[in-house]
Amino acid sequence: MSNNKKAPVSFRGGLLIPRWQRGVGAISLILLIALWQVCSSLGWISPIAAPSPAEIFKALGDMIQTGEIYGHLAASLGRLFGGFAIGGSIGILTGLAIGLWSPARAPGVTIVATLFPIPKIALLPLFIIWFGIGEASKLVTIAFGTFFPMVVATYGAVDNVDRSLIRMGRSFGLSTSAIIRKIVLPGALPGILSGLRISTSIGIVLLVAAEMINADQGIGGLVLASGNLYQTDRLLAGVFILCLIGLIVNSLIDLAEKRLLGWRS
Amino acid sequence: MKLIADTIRHSYGPLTVLEDISFEVGPGEVVAIVGPSGCGKSTLLRILGGLEKPTSGQVLVEGEPPEGSINPLTFVFQDFGLLPWRSVEGNIRLPLEGSGLKSSEIEGRISNALSRTGLSDFRKALPKQLSGGMKQRVGIARALAVRPSVMFMDEPLSALDAQTRELLMDDLVTLAEGFDGHQLATVYVTHNLEEATRLADRILVLSRRPGRIRSVITIDRPRRERSATDPDIAKQTRELWDLIRNDAAEADRELTSGEVS
Repeated sequence: MSNNKKAPVSFRGGLLIPRWQRGVGAISLILLIALWQVCSSLGWISPIAAPSPAEIFKALGDMIQTGEIYGHLAASLGRLFGGFAIGGSIGILTGLAIGLWSPARAPGVTIVATLFPIPKIALLPLFIIWFGIGEASKLVTIAFGTFFPMVVATYGAVDNVDRSLIRMGRSFGLSTSAIIRKIVLPGALPGILSGLRISTSIGIVLLVAAEMINADQGIGGLVLASGNLYQTDRLLAGVFILCLIGLIVNSLIDLAEKRLLGWRS
Repeated sequence: MKLIADTIRHSYGPLTVLEDISFEVGPGEVVAIVGPSGCGKSTLLRILGGLEKPTSGQVLVEGEPPEGSINPLTFVFQDFGLLPWRSVEGNIRLPLEGSGLKSSEIEGRISNALSRTGLSDFRKALPKQLSGGMKQRVGIARALAVRPSVMFMDEPLSALDAQTRELLMDDLVTLAEGFDGHQLATVYVTHNLEEATRLADRILVLSRRPGRIRSVITIDRPRRERSATDPDIAKQTRELWDLIRNDAAEADRELTSGEVS
C-alpha cells in the first residue's frame, strides 16, 4: 500500500446464520399441496398412483361427517400419550439416575447403548406373547420405543449441567434433593425437551406399527385397512392426520420451550 | 468464628499440590493467598471450605456462628455461580429456601442484601441482563443473606475488567467489615497482587508446586485508607511481585498437561 490510492474495505462478514421467517413454513406446505393438486388435475399424476389432495380432503371430510374418524383418533391419542407417559417418565428417571449416580452409570449406559438400536417393531410379536394382543402390548411397544431416546437425552442433558453450579449449591449447604430439583432439573430442561421432541415422533411411528396388528380402532388400523382395500384416499387421509398430530405435538413443545426456557433467549 | 488450617497436605495421585499449610484467620481479619498459577491456591480454598478433602491434615473452626447464620462458611466464586434461570432476587433466595426461616425474615434478608449491594432496582433482572460487576454483586448479596462467619473468596474480581474491579473493591472492603456488628473472617485467593495489598491484613505467599507457605506479609494500614495510588501500597505490591516473580516465570514455562487448578 505504498501509493495513496484509497479503496473501501470489502465486507467479509456473513456468518451463515439462517433466520426464521414467520409464516413462510406454512406457505411452503400449502404450495407443496397446491403443486400436487395441479399435477393431479393436469393428469401428470395418475389417480391410480396417488389420489389428489382434493380427494384426500373429501375422504377426510366424509370420515368427519360420519363421525368415524373420532373413534380412531381417540384410540390412537390414548395409546400415544399413555405409552409415552410410561416410557417418557421412566426414561427421564433412568436418565437422571445415570447422570447423577455412579452405580447406575456404567450398567445404564451399556444397556441403553445395546438395546437402543433394536427396531422396536421387531419385538412387537414378542410383546403380544407377553402382554396379550390387546391394548397392553401396544402401550408397551410405544413405551419401550420412547424410553430410550428419553434416557439418552436426559443423561446427556444432566452431564451438560454446569458442575460449578452444583458446587455452588453444595457450598451453600443445599441438600442433594434440593440440588437436583433446583439446579440439575432446570439446567437439564433444554436437553430433556429436545429429547421429548424426538421421542414423541418415534412414538407416532410406533403407534402406527402397533396398530397394524389387531386394531379395529386407531389411525394405524385405518391406514392398514384402507391400504388392503386400495382406498388410497382414505389411506392418505389417515397419514394426513398423523402428520397433523406430529405438528401439534411439536408446537406444544415449542410453546413449553418458550415458557420454560425464556431465560435462554 | 475463627478458621484454623492445621498442617494441610494434598496430592492428586503422585502429584503433591499442597504441603504443610498451617495458618489461622480470626474475626475481622482478611487473609489473602497469592502464588504463581498452579500453586494450588484454589484447591486450598476448596479444602478450607469443605468442598474437597485434604489428603492429610484438618481444617477446624472455633467459636459460634452469628445468630441466624444459615451457612457459616460461605463462598464467593470467580464465575459468580448464578443460576441463569433465576432472577437476582431468586438467586439470593436460593440458599434461604428450606432453611426454616420465616418468609417475612427471608424477604427482609433479601431486601437488606439487595440494598447493601446497590441492587434494589435490579431485583427482577436475570443474570444475563447484568454486567459482570453486577453479577458479582449478586454473588456478594447472596453470601451476605446467609449471614456467614467465614467468607471464602475465590478470585472474585478476576473475571472482571479493570474498571469494574476498582469499583467492586470498595464493595469488598465494606463486606470485610461484616454486618450488624458481626465480624467476618475472610480468606481471599487471588493472582492479583494489588488486590491482596489493598484488602488483606496478612498475605500468605505460596511457592510453586507443591504449594508451601514461603512467606507471610503483614499490612498494617487500615483498609479504608489504602488506595491504588497510595505509594506505600504500591511499594508493598512491588515487593510482593519481586518475591514471586521467579516462581511465576517458572510456572509459566511449565507444560500445562498435568496442571492442577
